[in-house]
Amino acid sequence: MTASPAQVVRMNGIGRRYGSGPQAVDALRGVDLAIHSNEYIAIIGSSGSGKSTLMNLIGCLDTPTAGTYALNGRDVAEIDERELARIRNQEVGFVFQTFNLLARMNALRNVMQPLIYRGVPLHQRRERATTALERVGLADRATHLPNQLSGGQRQRVAIARALAGEPSLLLADEPTGNLDSTSTEQVLTLFDAVHASGQAVIVVTHEASIAERCRRVIELVDGRIARDERQTTAG
Amino acid sequence: MFTLIESLRAAGHSIVAHPLRSVLTTFGVVVGVAAVVAVVVLTQGFRTALAEEFVGLGSNSLSIRPYTPREDALAGRFARLTPDDLEAIRARVHGIAHITPLAKSREEARYGSQAAITEVRGTTHTYPPVYNAYAGAGRFLSLADDLNRRRVCVIGEKTVENLGLPQNPIGEHIALAGEWLKIVGVMERKGDLGGFSQDDHITLPYRTLRSLSHPHYAPDLLIQLTVEDVAQLDAVADRIRTVLRDVRGIERDAPDTFRVETAAEITAALDVFVAAITALVGGLVSISLLVGGVGIMNIMLVSVTERTREIGICKALGATRGQILLQFLIEAAALSVLGGIVGLLAGMGLGATAGSAIPDFPGVAVPLWAIALAIGFSAFVGLAFGILPALRAARLSPIEALRYE
Repeated sequence: MTASPAQVVRMNGIGRRYGSGPQAVDALRGVDLAIHSNEYIAIIGSSGSGKSTLMNLIGCLDTPTAGTYALNGRDVAEIDERELARIRNQEVGFVFQTFNLLARMNALRNVMQPLIYRGVPLHQRRERATTALERVGLADRATHLPNQLSGGQRQRVAIARALAGEPSLLLADEPTGNLDSTSTEQVLTLFDAVHASGQAVIVVTHEASIAERCRRVIELVDGRIARDERQTTAG
Repeated sequence: MFTLIESLRAAGHSIVAHPLRSVLTTFGVVVGVAAVVAVVVLTQGFRTALAEEFVGLGSNSLSIRPYTPREDALAGRFARLTPDDLEAIRARVHGIAHITPLAKSREEARYGSQAAITEVRGTTHTYPPVYNAYAGAGRFLSLADDLNRRRVCVIGEKTVENLGLPQNPIGEHIALAGEWLKIVGVMERKGDLGGFSQDDHITLPYRTLRSLSHPHYAPDLLIQLTVEDVAQLDAVADRIRTVLRDVRGIERDAPDTFRVETAAEITAALDVFVAAITALVGGLVSISLLVGGVGIMNIMLVSVTERTREIGICKALGATRGQILLQFLIEAAALSVLGGIVGLLAGMGLGATAGSAIPDFPGVAVPLWAIALAIGFSAFVGLAFGILPALRAARLSPIEALRYE
């Protein structure tokens, strides 16, 4: 894999060790990975294979204990806590299995929340959040609290929140794990649209049907990349 | 600035979302601040009332009262001022506009079948200009009344009421110590001071009072005077000291057995007293605020634990440590300041209620410094006790916080 200006993620020999001494556990070992803009990737693997750990490392929620990781050309090891927060805020959008909406805030305020950390003034925040909610088809649910929304709607709010900041990378960890088939289809259609609009999408999943939609499938086994293949067909 | 405004907004939402918890959290601060404010309101009220009383004396007045040095008191010798002292000052000190003696005692007075204990004052015709108190009806005592030991008196409105005297009591006779006194005037109303009526008294000529008393009994005297020129106040006071030491035969090294005080000195003594009470109560109340602060810290710590996941989410969304820290710190301070404001209002209400229970209490005024102190101190309590929970929240690792159930 040759480096190109559009390379978003560049990982070399990444390892992540939890704990120390004899109890230490290596969740990842010697992972080499390059991801370009506008890629659509599924990371699969059994539970405990290191999928989520890899995801957290890519999203700068966590830092590796070995190897080097460059995000958008910058070495993450040289970045301080404050700058990492900025990266999470501006360059990455997260979608979680359990949605992770702020329970006390309505849908619109949830989507506005990351924009606060970026210093966007209130009226602009509202504008951009409304646009993001329209994009996921939930403009009419803006004032609903998360517990007044269905699972599928909550996940779409979470996607709107991830998209509101216009990140270069959308990271989804088991995004459809808690959803029924109709909602799953809606969410995946949204991911397709996000990919089509030029952003890189990485989905961690164990469902083969989802992996099939992606152009590239990476399989992790025991903290190592066991398979990394591109598919010619997309769903 | 932006982060500050957003933190305030977030704090507002959080407080409104948990109304009961917010109220309970701030209860300690509310009680503490309310107690301080109520005490300040009351002491300031008393101070105002007392000061008004002394202002009645005017800045050109001097008070002379007996003073018993400690050793004499232990030996059972109590200092008194006598008519000789008064005469000596009158004769030998220049620059005095008016000087008047005042002897006070409490006696039973009668009118018809009605009897009442009342304050009996013996003084002279110079009393009105010195004490700023004049007869409202009839006349005050005259020089001739005193010189001739006439059996006349002027009385207060309250005494008229207590003795069941007619509406216009002038010309009526009342009995005091078995002698009859004719009422020649009624004093203007002065109102109450600290719950005591100042209009319950019988004022008669000083010499009449002495003639009614036991021949060997010399009533204790206070001497009050006004000077002609305020600039000469200290000089006159010094001259009085010299004359009194001489006439009372005080040895060169012995201490004064009297005190000469200006109205300003009396007010200053009053201020010291008020400040002491305020400081004492302030100390007690700061304990209450400490407890209130610990209450806030407690709830904020619980809140941080309870919202660990929320903090994780915010960090995943790009919140920096500083932003999380500020959010919790501002929330603690906002809670505390709200408690302070509620306490301020409650304390003012409490002070006003207590004040209205005291007759003739002057209007309740909360000094601006007390308001600033109440709000400022509660903000300080919030920040001081909010810093620990806020730091704990800011230091959470995003992944562990997200995993927290």
